[in-house]
Amino acid sequence: MQYDVVVIGAGVVGALISLELSKKEVRVAMLDKCNDVAMGTTKANSAIVHGGFDAANGTLKAKLNVRGTELMPGLCADLAVPFRNNGSLVLAFSKEEMEHVHTLYERGQKNGVPRLSIVDKAAVKAMEPHVSDEVVGALLSESAGIVCPYELTIAAAEVAVTNGVEFLRNCAVESIAADADGFTLVTTLGEIQASYVINAAGIHSDDIARMIGDDSISLVARKGEYYLLDKSYGYIADHTLFQCPSKMGKGVLVTPTVDGNLLIGPSALDVEDKDDVDTTAEGLAFILEKAKKTVPELNTRGAITSFAGMRAHPVTDDFIIGFSEKNDRFLNVAGIESPGLSAAPAIAEMVSEMLTEKAGLQAKAQYVSKRTPPVRFRHMTKSEREALIAKNKAYGRVICRCETITEGEILDAIHAPAGARDVDGVKRRTRAGMGRCQSGFCGSKVVEILSRELHVPMNEITKFGGESKILFDKTK
Amino acid sequence: MEKRELICVSCPIGCAITVKFDDNGEIVSVTGNTCKRGDSYARQECTHPERMLTSTVKVEGGRLPVVPVKSSVPVPKEMLFDCMKEINKVTVKAPVHIGDVVLPNILDTGADIVATNEV
Amino acid sequence: MLNYDLVVVGGGPAGMAAALQAHEDGIEKILILERADTLGGILEQCIHTGFGLHYFGEELSGPEYAGRFIEQVYATDIDIKVDTMVLDISPENVVTAVNNFDGLLTIQAKAVVLAMGCRERPRGALSIAGCRASGIMTAGTAQKYVNLDGYMPGKTVVILGSGDIGLIMARRMTLEGAKVKAVCELMPYSGGLTRNIVQCLEDFGIPLRLSCTVVATHGKDRLEGVTVANVDEHLQPIPGTEEYIPCDTLMLSVGLIPENELSKNAGIELDRVTNGPVVDEYRETMHKGVFACGNVLQVHDLVDFVTEESKLAGAGAAKFIKGEKKDNGVVETKGQNGVRYIVPQRINRATDKDVKLYFRVGKVLENVMLTVTCGDQVLLSKKKRKMTPGEMEYVTIKADIIHDLPENSTIVVETKEA
Repeated sequence: MQYDVVVIGAGVVGALISLELSKKEVRVAMLDKCNDVAMGTTKANSAIVHGGFDAANGTLKAKLNVRGTELMPGLCADLAVPFRNNGSLVLAFSKEEMEHVHTLYERGQKNGVPRLSIVDKAAVKAMEPHVSDEVVGALLSESAGIVCPYELTIAAAEVAVTNGVEFLRNCAVESIAADADGFTLVTTLGEIQASYVINAAGIHSDDIARMIGDDSISLVARKGEYYLLDKSYGYIADHTLFQCPSKMGKGVLVTPTVDGNLLIGPSALDVEDKDDVDTTAEGLAFILEKAKKTVPELNTRGAITSFAGMRAHPVTDDFIIGFSEKNDRFLNVAGIESPGLSAAPAIAEMVSEMLTEKAGLQAKAQYVSKRTPPVRFRHMTKSEREALIAKNKAYGRVICRCETITEGEILDAIHAPAGARDVDGVKRRTRAGMGRCQSGFCGSKVVEILSRELHVPMNEITKFGGESKILFDKTK
Repeated sequence: MEKRELICVSCPIGCAITVKFDDNGEIVSVTGNTCKRGDSYARQECTHPERMLTSTVKVEGGRLPVVPVKSSVPVPKEMLFDCMKEINKVTVKAPVHIGDVVLPNILDTGADIVATNEV
Repeated sequence: MLNYDLVVVGGGPAGMAAALQAHEDGIEKILILERADTLGGILEQCIHTGFGLHYFGEELSGPEYAGRFIEQVYATDIDIKVDTMVLDISPENVVTAVNNFDGLLTIQAKAVVLAMGCRERPRGALSIAGCRASGIMTAGTAQKYVNLDGYMPGKTVVILGSGDIGLIMARRMTLEGAKVKAVCELMPYSGGLTRNIVQCLEDFGIPLRLSCTVVATHGKDRLEGVTVANVDEHLQPIPGTEEYIPCDTLMLSVGLIPENELSKNAGIELDRVTNGPVVDEYRETMHKGVFACGNVLQVHDLVDFVTEESKLAGAGAAKFIKGEKKDNGVVETKGQNGVRYIVPQRINRATDKDVKLYFRVGKVLENVMLTVTCGDQVLLSKKKRKMTPGEMEYVTIKADIIHDLPENSTIVVETKEA
């Protein structure tokens, strides 16, 4: 297999870079060691589009956050991904914290963050009646928003593949040999030749860089745990509610999600094992306790699920984006921790510009920029539903009762470019199994459909690839 | 003297029953029960315990790959796994109806294995 | 728009019994809407025996019990639509449903019976820490895989929760060749029937660990093990009692929740304890002409009681449709001192039948007095040897007693020390 550019990693950064490169006359492959896109840090984070006032002035984080947040609404519209410009509040619960709010305001001004203002207690309570009465004021960032990070990634991968990018799943890079014309990657799918390599391997990008002798990237694996609450708790917050950092840590946030759930978290724990995304009783207790400072009425009765994500914290405290000092055809995009999701569109823009200049890439004459919006039966009117079912009967068969997801939507998710190959993949694309019963009823039906559509026995269907099989042998 | 402790399953009260045996293994007393049903349960359980057996049998060409089955009468408790081995050897062709005997007189227990669903 | 006298939402044992009763009572146009591809509901996968002892006087398997009703339903002119999902019930009793052969359906009903059953409480609601590996599932999902799909969902199993489904699955998995390492129960007593503890666990030497819970799951892809720990009297894990049990499957049998999303969206008032609608003696909800029965109303342990309750709902719906449901003011019911709830929550004083008050107790009670009072009046008083939260209880109040109770008074069922 031979490509002009190989992008290692199909997280939000890798997928958006691939999407940008798919606009150019260039053969691109996006590799991921997992069975799907968005399987690492992208899958489990705060799902926040930050205003951009947090990072120090002059850093890549600051610059790319502000630019990314500016690009995000348009990008989401093109990709038919829900984006909500709900705004954020950094809450102050004391005089000292109010001083910090002023510091953030000034930093935000320097970073070029639009629509920032400081609001008093009355204004906060008017906007967010469930916030603790202890609040004294807040920094309001009106450009901030929320987006589903894996939905964004799935959509970006879909459009990238539509425009000619190849997505190679279950393709783990084992070693990389460099020569004058580029690279030979030894992978679990065989050898792959590439003229350029973009290292967007998330928490593993240091290991990938080391394969070409570049040991300049130093990352700390930082685990964050979250609770996701049922939609019936979505009323608790409209804005994304941050706390001021204190001696005790950065504070946890309480935010609505684009689907109307409530998300609280994260904890922050530096860990040895990069793949350790187990939740812990301590971590979950910690975030609940901390979140109660923001909204005292919070409890876990409405918890549908808890999860943990891994952040690649760079010891330099800034994004690492640039050609490797060891090889100027090897581009590192590493240490993309918060505000990485917000910055991702701008990172992709920057990387594409760097590569275009370096390799003299030409724009494609034919390019599909807009994604066909996926069918969302649950959001449709009666007449839309009637027309849909008349066109395809599969939209008349409800598979997931809790979220009202039809068989047609599941078939679309499986057969889409870079489509779902496992139960979690179907779940992320359609929400089947994300409701109150957490796939108790529809899980086995999704296994059946995957088995039928992918032409493999039910006991080869996995939850998320690898050895995560759901069933063993036949009983008889 | 041997003795055995049982919890009666005849009703929700769940009496703790003690059964005492003589040197020949014969029951000499049943105590702790509060009704006659407890007495007979304990005696049965200590002499020849029996259980209903339910499982599935492979079906060819049916709406489901397996059909549920049960033993027509209880089988000796100690033969449950041996019966399972026999049940696992059987394959039936659809259509299967409720009450169809899929395996008569399993292991000479006197119990037939019968289908309990329409497949 | 289609027109029916009665639309029954759900074709399990509850829906079928309600439809059959209404049919018997002379209702002509009846439609059953069922989301699965056959009638029978959850009974289809409950292949163990023990159903029907009260109602048929026989020990039947789940499919056999359902089969008797399915046969009866098909012998009538009751219309049936399977594979059909109800999306909405309007305040005017217009039912919207969808399937892949009719498309969208709107049906004007004179009366509606809600019989959607219940769902299992998932892992998220418990907040067990640990991994997201495969192999963690509810006991009911595992039951479907084994009994209907014919696949083993695990080889070495730990079960959390000792309700009857968990116990039944312990035996089922063992008979099919799996090793069940333990059944853990958070409470100091099992929620299951004694008979199942003996015949599903003790028979196979499966340990039942009371006051014990799963505190963490381990494994990257497939589950590799769980950590269990004993809990104190506040149900909190006791540090130092943790034990690692290797297993590839964790089955959860930690409670059932009536599936009342449709009812909630229709604005029907729910009981905060049962999570089912507030109903009268004919199981009519606070929404006129909408009835509820079976596990959507209250979680039952015996299907025989579901049938009995559903026949009441069917009879009530028939009376409502014929305009024969009498109204002479209501009395309310209330459980206290150990009695967690009462169904029905309200009784029409004009009731033409004796009324059974169903309830559950909050903990194991031995040698207590159960009393039923209304104001100063003692309606009933009896001694109970033993009551457990796992078994639904009832007391019967005579119709003529109810006729004489003051309007808007409250019947109180409670326990007292004997």
